[in-house]
Amino acid sequence: MVLAVPLLGVTALLFVPSWKTQTIRNIALNSSLLTFLISLLLWIEFDSSSAVFQYTNGICSPSGFSDVTLARAASSSSFSALNFALGVDGISLFFIILTTLLVPICILVSWNNIEIYVKEYCIAFLVLETLMLTVFSVLDLLLFYIFFESVLIPMFIIIGVWGSRERKIRAAYQFFLYTLFGSVLMLLAILLIYFQTGTLDIEMLYLSDFSETRQCILWLAFFASFAVKVPMVPVHIWLPEAHVEAPTAGSVILAGILLKLGTYGFLRFSIPLFPYACIYFTPLIYTMSIIAIVYTSCTTIRQIDLKKIIAYSSVAHMNFVTIGLFSQNTQGIEGSILLMISHGLVSPALFLCVGVLYDRHKTRLLRYYSGCGQTMPLFALLFVFFTMANISLPGTSSFPGEFLVFIGAYQNNSFVAFCAATGMVLGAAYALWLCNRLVYGVSKPDFINTWSDLNRREFFMFAPLIAGILWIGVYPEPFLDAMHCSCIYLLYAQ
Amino acid sequence: MYLLVLLLPLLASISAGLFGRFLGFRGAALLTTSSVFLSFVISCIAFYEVALSGVTCSIEWMPWFFSEMFDAGWGFYFDSLTVIMLCVITSISTLVHLYSISYMEADPHLPRFMAYLSIFTFFMLMLVTADNFLQMFFGWEGVGLASYLLINFWFTRLQASKASIKAMLVNRVGDFGLALGVMAIFSVFKTVDFYTVFALAAHQSEAVLIFCNIEFHALTVICILLFVGAVGKSAQLGLHTWLPDAMEGPTPVSALIHAATMVTAGVFMIARCSPLFEYAPKALVVVAIVGAMTCFFAATTGVVQNDLKRVIAYSTASQLGYMIFACGISQYTVGVFHLMNHAFFKALLFLSAGSVIHSLSDQQDMRKMGGMAKLLPFTYAMMSIGSFSLVGFPFLTGFYSKDVILEVAFARYTWDANFAYLFGSICVALTSYYSFRLLFLTFIAPTNAYKSTVKAAHDAPFLLALPLFLLSIGSIFVGYCAKDMMIGLATPFWANAIFVLPQNNVLLESEFIPQSQKFLPLIATVAGAVIAYFFSVYSTKTSFALKQIPFFRSLYSFLNKRWYFDKVYNDYISKNTMSFGYNVSFKALDKGFFEICGPTGIAYSFPALAQYWSRLQSGLIYHYAVVMLLGLTMLVLVSSAWSVLENVLDSRILFIYAICFLFYNYYNSASRALGSTENLEK
Repeated sequence: MVLAVPLLGVTALLFVPSWKTQTIRNIALNSSLLTFLISLLLWIEFDSSSAVFQYTNGICSPSGFSDVTLARAASSSSFSALNFALGVDGISLFFIILTTLLVPICILVSWNNIEIYVKEYCIAFLVLETLMLTVFSVLDLLLFYIFFESVLIPMFIIIGVWGSRERKIRAAYQFFLYTLFGSVLMLLAILLIYFQTGTLDIEMLYLSDFSETRQCILWLAFFASFAVKVPMVPVHIWLPEAHVEAPTAGSVILAGILLKLGTYGFLRFSIPLFPYACIYFTPLIYTMSIIAIVYTSCTTIRQIDLKKIIAYSSVAHMNFVTIGLFSQNTQGIEGSILLMISHGLVSPALFLCVGVLYDRHKTRLLRYYSGCGQTMPLFALLFVFFTMANISLPGTSSFPGEFLVFIGAYQNNSFVAFCAATGMVLGAAYALWLCNRLVYGVSKPDFINTWSDLNRREFFMFAPLIAGILWIGVYPEPFLDAMHCSCIYLLYAQ
Repeated sequence: MYLLVLLLPLLASISAGLFGRFLGFRGAALLTTSSVFLSFVISCIAFYEVALSGVTCSIEWMPWFFSEMFDAGWGFYFDSLTVIMLCVITSISTLVHLYSISYMEADPHLPRFMAYLSIFTFFMLMLVTADNFLQMFFGWEGVGLASYLLINFWFTRLQASKASIKAMLVNRVGDFGLALGVMAIFSVFKTVDFYTVFALAAHQSEAVLIFCNIEFHALTVICILLFVGAVGKSAQLGLHTWLPDAMEGPTPVSALIHAATMVTAGVFMIARCSPLFEYAPKALVVVAIVGAMTCFFAATTGVVQNDLKRVIAYSTASQLGYMIFACGISQYTVGVFHLMNHAFFKALLFLSAGSVIHSLSDQQDMRKMGGMAKLLPFTYAMMSIGSFSLVGFPFLTGFYSKDVILEVAFARYTWDANFAYLFGSICVALTSYYSFRLLFLTFIAPTNAYKSTVKAAHDAPFLLALPLFLLSIGSIFVGYCAKDMMIGLATPFWANAIFVLPQNNVLLESEFIPQSQKFLPLIATVAGAVIAYFFSVYSTKTSFALKQIPFFRSLYSFLNKRWYFDKVYNDYISKNTMSFGYNVSFKALDKGFFEICGPTGIAYSFPALAQYWSRLQSGLIYHYAVVMLLGLTMLVLVSSAWSVLENVLDSRILFIYAICFLFYNYYNSASRALGSTENLEK
């Protein structure tokens, strides 16, 4: 049902003539908002005392998608059963809600500044939403792979068509190259799994065992794919490029959802399927993550492109997440899920702030900006708030997540926690540096000469993010409550 | 009712901050001031109930987040230590709110300012009422945020902006330690609740902890990590650099945050964690030594500063040193007592300084003042009371705590206490010197002020004068009134709030030290005052002549430049990190190595490679035959000699080979591209 609504929206859009831009936007917005409401229903109806996949036959089946067996005529013997089964557990629930929350915001943010191909733009976003929702809820490894990769296509188009500069082609190329490179290995790994187990259904796979060597090989193959998405350090350079060239809404989705695909993959496949390999490769993950945190934080301090700063800081934060994921205890895993949700609110919010500035002044270079607090007090307030959320001040959403990650890592290896915690200091360095140069200081009227604070549309696009950040910061219990069972199952069921 | 203490400032802050434009100046000012005053009244009631009647109170409000064994809630705990802090914070905060109404009246952002002050009060109250480490951390970071916002209040000034970043960053280094400390506490005690941790402290006193892969005594590591947090917040040696710079903020802020309350959070935290520190004697040694060194460092630096507020700021750091080393020699009660007294007289000093600055058209340089005693008699009187109290003049507030600190340091016959005593005693003279130098230069010495400033000078208006007057009463009487209650022998006041091992308690011992030791501070004070008079009023020529001598000149600049701490930090740490961030990680790796090995390398080398290999497609059958033959030979060779080749074909070597290959092709094609452009130019 959640999946069906955006698709219905797309179908509706196909029949609207492309010059009726206002109608198109309205349809897109309304269908995505409807999806959001339905996904909230999922949460309300969610039974948090159980670790199994829910809604597998409940809400999804009336839409006619679930349990449809796609019989493949060509290879009747081996590929006979590809179950298009959907299900939600405590881990994927919040990613689904996050997705449905961010897509309306994306459509809202590009209400005025996207003027060409509006219809295609809205269709791309709704299709992207459907694909992402499927990735988070599908219960079949191969289908996961297919959707995991197909998310690239609309994103590639969004960057390539609605990006801002000529460099966007190069960015789209890098984006595609890196993400595709990893996936090839993953496909091979999936084949290997299939040849051993004879099924690709996740719940079945959870019950199967692999030999230790094979686990390591499979883990590495999956890792190649997921690490690019996270991104871990040697393969991160596509991210700043892609962020800088993408339109604001593209950056929001990229930072908010696409980066989580990698860590979600770790969580859904690497950890439960290959427990031995996870322990075996934990030092590798820790080393890479710590290098990434220190390295990207240092890099961020010297960037002058607003979007690049936030993109690099995303890399640092996502590497906190990977540390938490591989800490092999509940605190670490729950912390990293919480941190992912939080990052899915904070980072898009910062990109939206940059978008607000870009809409007005058509530049993203920091050196032209100064003293926004004088002419845009509301914007300044929000920006300072989001900056504080970015450096995980207690009371904002990043803090519970980050602290749980630290707690988890500390119990496993205090040296890792020590090194990762240096990210606290470095993170504060770049975030405050950015905030002070942007919001405070004397304004530069030579460069910045249109003065208007946030308008109503922009305010409403920030409002849910603010509410979410404060809510998770002060009272994250509802979130943690829903994920306890699934996380414990993930860790101790094997 | 107890929660109202916290709630009122929060609500006032939110309404003044977000709806300030509807409330207006008067509305915002009234709302915030009255709500903080109300919370002061309630704190007094709480003080009566908790401290005097001995009924501690604990409130579990709601859970914050928990995961498996980790459980952090929103809870509040009121014991003697908390309520004494509550009274200090809310009373000083009320007076500063009142003072700001008049001090900031010309500022267009008054509602914002009041909102910041109130939110600061809220966070500070959160810090002292927390019942677990994590909530304390919430308050701890929150006051840092408020401090950042308030230092940066006049945000168009570059200096203010720089100072605010510095304050937050340096504090963040401290918070890094504190956060690690909380993690270590969790890993040892499996909880972050104060009650549980403190109750188990004795039980865990022999526990070991593996920190950074080395085995340590658990409590020592925990306490030192917590102390790193205190070092940051309380501006102790090493992380003190932010405090003098923070004087860029408006003066009421300096009085409230950077003198009376926030910077004492470190002392509060150590006192709160006294059960942990007591079982970690090595950590206590560190605390005492760092405190004593800070005390000495800040006093020597304060001696030669010329900015009115900076002198008081260094004096604050120096007094914080006293408090910290008092805690370091296990006399937490004395430290907290000094904290309370210091809050009153230092707030008085800062607010008086604010009054001077206000009346002299924002002039802060003491060299451009002088002779203000006649123009500003009231402020002069207030400043004198504050200074006398600070130097520990007998029977004023400062005397009761400062002299006791020195006495207990003398009476504890360990090497670290001796060290602290030595430095502390020297600092008495230095304190006296810079305090009186400040008084003389500002009020007594012949004036150097501009005529226009002098003409416009006016003494404090009523709203500025009232807080000063109230604080001056505090600076005179609080020490005398509270002495027996707080540090009297066998006082029941503290109940379970502060824990001291019996063998570490030396309050009784300090009554039996030689009489000469008790007079020493007074003599030092008088000597310092006389020297200050000599150099800054009686014979300024001598001080000038002294500065001409190379030795004194270099000493002067060494002290004036704050022992070159900032220079070292800037040149060696910040600069290197920044250049690493650009030259190494961004330019050499991101835009260099990774690009060459990644997309650019592929884009360059694959076409060249394809061109190169396409020459093989010659269409001649014997070429193909040779290739096939070669391939077959290779295959046979490899498969038969695999056992030997296996060692050669190491994966790491192959990796290096692949990288070299990419580089080779990259440079090849790059040089070819270069050649082609040269050809074009020809």
